Amino acid sequence: MNAIVSREGWDDAGAASGVRVLTSGVDTSHKGILYLDAISVSFDGFKALNALSLLIDDGELRCVIGPNGAGKTTMMDVITGKTRPDTGTAFFGQTIDLTRFTEAEIATAGIGRKFQKPTVFEQHTVFENLELAQKCDKRVWPTLGARLDSGARDRIGATMETIKLVPEASRPAGLLSHGQKQWLEIGMLLMQEPQLLLLDEPVAGMTDDESMRSAELFLSLAGKYTLIVVEHDMEFVKRIAQKVTVLHEGSVLAEGTMDQIQQNEQVIEVFLGR
Amino acid sequence: MRCLAALALSAMAWSACALAPETLHDLALGDNDAKAKAISVAAASGDTAYLPLLQAVLDGEVQTVGDAQILLVKGDTATDLLTGKAVTPLPENRDDVVINNRIRKELRTAIAALKLTAPERAIRLAAARELQTGADEELLPAIGTALAKETDDEIKSLLLLTQASIQLTSKDKNTRLAAIRTLAESNNSTTKTLLLGVLEQNGDTFAEPDADVRAEAEKSLHAVQGRLSAGEMVGRVFSGISLGSILLLAALGLAITYGLMGVINMAHGELIMIGAYTTYVVQNLFRSHFPALFDAYLIAAVPAAFVAAGLVGMALERSVIRFLYGRPLETLLATWGISLILMQSVRTIFGAQNVQVENPSWMSGGIEAISGVVLPWSRIAIIGFAALVLAMMWLLLTRTRLGLFVRAVTQNRTMASCTGVPTRRVDTWAFGLGSGIAGLAGCALSQIGNVGPDLGQSYIVDSFMVVVLGGVGQLAGTVYAAMGLGIVNKFLEAWSGAVLAKIAVLVFIIVFIQKRPQGLFALKGRMAET
Amino acid sequence: MRFFLHADGRREGLGVSVPGGTAFVPVIAAGGPRFARLLPAKGWLFYVAAALVLFVAFPVLNLAVPPGNVLHLSDYTVTLIGKIMCYAIVALAMDLIWGYTGILSLGHGVFFALGGYAMGMYLMRSIGHEGVYQSDLPDFMVFLDWKAYPWYWSFTDHFWFAALLVVLVPGLLAFVFGYFAFRSRIKGVYFSIITQAMTYAFMLLFFRNDTGFGGNNGFTDFKRILGFSVTAPQTRMALFVLTGAALLGFLLLGRWIVTSKLGRVLTAIRDAETRVMFSGYNPLYFKLFIWTLSAVICGIAGALYVPQVGIINPSEMSPANSIEIAIWTAVGGRGTLFGPVLGAALVNLGKSWFTQVLPEYWLFLLGLLFILVTLFLPRGVAGLLRAARRRTL
Repeated sequence: MNAIVSREGWDDAGAASGVRVLTSGVDTSHKGILYLDAISVSFDGFKALNALSLLIDDGELRCVIGPNGAGKTTMMDVITGKTRPDTGTAFFGQTIDLTRFTEAEIATAGIGRKFQKPTVFEQHTVFENLELAQKCDKRVWPTLGARLDSGARDRIGATMETIKLVPEASRPAGLLSHGQKQWLEIGMLLMQEPQLLLLDEPVAGMTDDESMRSAELFLSLAGKYTLIVVEHDMEFVKRIAQKVTVLHEGSVLAEGTMDQIQQNEQVIEVFLGR
Repeated sequence: MRCLAALALSAMAWSACALAPETLHDLALGDNDAKAKAISVAAASGDTAYLPLLQAVLDGEVQTVGDAQILLVKGDTATDLLTGKAVTPLPENRDDVVINNRIRKELRTAIAALKLTAPERAIRLAAARELQTGADEELLPAIGTALAKETDDEIKSLLLLTQASIQLTSKDKNTRLAAIRTLAESNNSTTKTLLLGVLEQNGDTFAEPDADVRAEAEKSLHAVQGRLSAGEMVGRVFSGISLGSILLLAALGLAITYGLMGVINMAHGELIMIGAYTTYVVQNLFRSHFPALFDAYLIAAVPAAFVAAGLVGMALERSVIRFLYGRPLETLLATWGISLILMQSVRTIFGAQNVQVENPSWMSGGIEAISGVVLPWSRIAIIGFAALVLAMMWLLLTRTRLGLFVRAVTQNRTMASCTGVPTRRVDTWAFGLGSGIAGLAGCALSQIGNVGPDLGQSYIVDSFMVVVLGGVGQLAGTVYAAMGLGIVNKFLEAWSGAVLAKIAVLVFIIVFIQKRPQGLFALKGRMAET
Repeated sequence: MRFFLHADGRREGLGVSVPGGTAFVPVIAAGGPRFARLLPAKGWLFYVAAALVLFVAFPVLNLAVPPGNVLHLSDYTVTLIGKIMCYAIVALAMDLIWGYTGILSLGHGVFFALGGYAMGMYLMRSIGHEGVYQSDLPDFMVFLDWKAYPWYWSFTDHFWFAALLVVLVPGLLAFVFGYFAFRSRIKGVYFSIITQAMTYAFMLLFFRNDTGFGGNNGFTDFKRILGFSVTAPQTRMALFVLTGAALLGFLLLGRWIVTSKLGRVLTAIRDAETRVMFSGYNPLYFKLFIWTLSAVICGIAGALYVPQVGIINPSEMSPANSIEIAIWTAVGGRGTLFGPVLGAALVNLGKSWFTQVLPEYWLFLLGLLFILVTLFLPRGVAGLLRAARRRTL
């Protein structure tokens, strides 16, 4: 089964509907795909991010952990254009300055984001959710005249296979279970064909079995995509982690393999308290 | 009765003897020019004995018989003014002393000039005011005498100005110059016209031939204009603050129900209207039952308006709004429906016409802050009232248990309920409080405007604008927004007319909200996310 | 593994409607004549029947059947129904923006009135010298002692230009207003309140005599349109048929939009705007599109309304009027296209009956309607009908 549609397959469809192909514009020639440099964000005096610097390589699976208020969600907000940093730069590839684009433009450029609380279009069916998310020209007029060709339908079907929601294809997403909604949202991200996936607590509310399957899925995605996973579930992080970044009070406290992190004095202090 | 009348007549007879017969003769029997001359002689004499005579001529009580007798006729008694003797019976062939408008004006001015020497300050002040218009050169001596004797500053300055404006037409350059310098002290808009008259230019000829005098007049005009516009400024700022405090009163209730509770209450205006009608009812009760205490009816009306509107508000919360929490658009529509029902109910009960709410007598009149700018007591009272309501509300929200609960519930309902706050009851009370404040606004509005079923409609858009502009949930923002809107509105009004000013303000708010969607005082970060 | 999914198959699977969702399941046409699939077979039948009634039965019963005959349709009825159809178009426009996109406008009266005023300008100029003062200018301008038409009245003596204004003026206002509001992400109640402020400001503006639109009295006493007398039964009927055609046309247009992918994006914006944004759609332009379209439809409704009713004045812009549009839509059923049409008809028939028989009680009833519909009938009459049909099946 070829659940995940290869990227080459996408480009045909994109060319057919006249996409402004921002994806190919991501210049990952220097191996890195995301560069955050000295980013600071403050809300009414509270420093949510404090000179945060982070480098993510193309194809990496990075886990980000940290206590509440460490700035994980704010970091994602900055990357996806929801929050503008007070200072610092954020680059996607070598050329795309993330601080200058809207959320929609950044999404089109190839960054997909899954929220902490699953957000799907509850009134739409699973099929329609995926259809809306799929990569295509997302401007008004093309959308008004858009038609679903058989290729697109195949891709939606394939994604539904991947996220195990084939039987629910024509159910409204609002009627799905919490775990299913998480999967649907991940499926929608895959349909978007991003190069960088930001996953905020992707296995919260999932059964052990579901979270196991998620781990498998993410591992299979790594390499093809770049993933940043924020998670509180340490078991899950251990299962998938290649490289882990620990955030604390708005900046990076430690970075390394899971083992290195677990040995790190500072990390132990922060997590276990004195 | 008769005795008294006789006494009065004899007193008059005595004083009549003191008058110069030729003056009297001219006044009664001369032609208009002779009359005018006689009047100015009387005025210039500064002799108060002329007062009753001039007044009598003005009132048409002086009659003549042939060329010989000049009679003061009151009812069916007559006194010969030359001899001071009573004349009985009334002669048949009497003629009225006919006066025209010119003479009438001269008489009034002369009377005023004579009154300047009256011992009572009030009479002198009134006379000085009367003289500001219509005095002419012949009065200069009288004014001069009065000035010499006058001790009261206010009257003195009035007289000085009058004197100066007469002296403007003097032949003597130095007198004119001095007069113009005196006029610079004035803050009366007629002075401005006078000075402009001096500067008037007709082709190459000037109304004032002397360049020095013209230059001086320029200077004085400048000074007067500056003072006048300062006065206008004070007046405008005051009416701005007054409008602002009305907006504040109308919006304070909303600041609780919308700002804190997030309930879009489109019936807020109608709660204001209920407050106004409650005031009307209380007023009527006082008029019919305690007419003696009428001036104090507001003391009862204020709490009554608060309670009436508050109760209606609580009933609404219990019956409709409670079921729509978290659905703001639905709340908006349902409360609009409520507003229609309330309006129609009032129309059914009180009629569609406006009702009369009378001010207590202490509210009529005003104080003159600077000359020409009168600040009405009713407006001042409302500004004070708004400040009081604001202070009470602030105390209630920050210093009482109810306030604590309200703030707790609005910040985190679940958490509040976990710690034992009766959230539903708090909702009802908070809504009642907001509505009660709307009632207070209505009570205040009834004192300065029309009270009718549509009263609320005219305030609803404005009060929402205030809350939105100030920033939802921000009491300080509401105050600044209300005052700012009030003052800006009044200044624009002077510049562009009331309707355009209002439109400009609405457009400004719409543009402003684009720039700062969270209002003047925005919450940032996670708190702002909803 | 290949995966097949047919539009038809999906439709069967989705007999159940989603609360507050679209009335009909969106049809994803895999090619073929999408137009034909806009309505199900039964829907087309109903549609054609409505067209027959409006375009054949009404003209015949009104013009051919002589007055006095039981079957004769009075001019009053024709005007009333014509008027209600205009309202129905407005409710439809409101539904596109509120029901489908979740943006409640309390200012749609402004677009309606602007369309009406644009048409009114043409109608005023076609009065010619038959006004009271027999001047080139409309009576109100003579009264103000104006000597010439102000610049913004230029070319309004041409019908085509007025027709252009009917579309352009509301469209442009909506576009500019919407662009700034949506760009600043003003939504929910905030948006509703500033649209209300907008219509209020316009009402004040048009109440001024100096604005040049007749002040309080607005435009009235029209004589002819395109050379035909506005009071002639044939003209009335022509306007009626035109309104009916517009209503049916806009129904199809609306249907086409809400069943398109764009329609699904709009509902998605209503339900989860952030997800739409992070999916790569910029909600600004989608909102702007439907908002402007909705305003233009309102303007056209206004233009059809004015010659039939014979008057347009600033009270059409009062906030109360705009909010009433919302209740037509809510009564009929948001998020369905047929619902608002039904709602506009029910409320306005009720209104004209009540204001004749029990004028005192109309506002009570209208107020109650607002409360009861929001409390107990969130999906409106259309929702009720659908529930009833499901029960009987």
